[in-house]
Amino acid sequence: MEQLVSYTLDSTLETVDHAEEKATRIAQEMGFGEDEVMQISMAVREGAVNAVLHGNAYAPDKKVVLAFERTPDGLVITIRDQGKGIDLGGIPNPLAPENLLKTSGRGIFLMRSFMDEVEIRPSKTGTEIKLIKHVHGASGGGKEGSL
Amino acid sequence: MSMKLSTRQVDGVTIVDCSGRITLGEGSVTIRDTVRELLSKGNKKIVLNLGEVNYIDSSGIGELVSAYTTTKNQGGELKLLNLTKKVHDLLQITKLYTVFDVKDDEAAAVKSFK
Repeated sequence: MEQLVSYTLDSTLETVDHAEEKATRIAQEMGFGEDEVMQISMAVREGAVNAVLHGNAYAPDKKVVLAFERTPDGLVITIRDQGKGIDLGGIPNPLAPENLLKTSGRGIFLMRSFMDEVEIRPSKTGTEIKLIKHVHGASGGGKEGSL
Repeated sequence: MSMKLSTRQVDGVTIVDCSGRITLGEGSVTIRDTVRELLSKGNKKIVLNLGEVNYIDSSGIGELVSAYTTTKNQGGELKLLNLTKKVHDLLQITKLYTVFDVKDDEAAAVKSFK
């Protein structure tokens, strides 16, 4: 894999699957273990779902930019949409007892569980999510998960 | 691989055998529809056999929760059977493992209904 690869994708469900497939392939090529590959691919899938559904809302004129960067420390994945910008303050804790039986709202939580670092930068012209996984699994393969 | 579902009856309990992926756009709707159809026909003892489910995302988790609450709200019971390690871990992370009644033996699952 080159140091940086970037894809501009439509706001469709196919993009979600493609993003997951690319993440899986790149993580495997970089030598991550099976569990870590699964964590990375799931985190990217959740990020892509956020971008396509909640960010761009399937708008045909809006794109999702997905980038994979190989760094000395690991893999940095950036997912950027062209939506109105996510309201981070409005996201409830999915582990709170009153939210356990909600049918949505777990995507960002899962990203944070599976990756070593997650940065979310909302703006009026879109949201950028940066997902970082360290090469040597400094956190033991995920903060909370063991998939 | 998309989601495949089939249903069968065992001693008054409906077993829904699921295989494939439960993700956004490919399977989630099928589980929801299947459970609602079962409930509409009076089948209120439901077991989702997830032994062949190899992948589930947050949308899929939402659908399991939806199936569970819909069944409960209609006076029924929905249990999960044969979780793969991946699905088991995901339910642990999301603290849903204790919400669902999870079984690892079909006969025991069937007997556990009142």
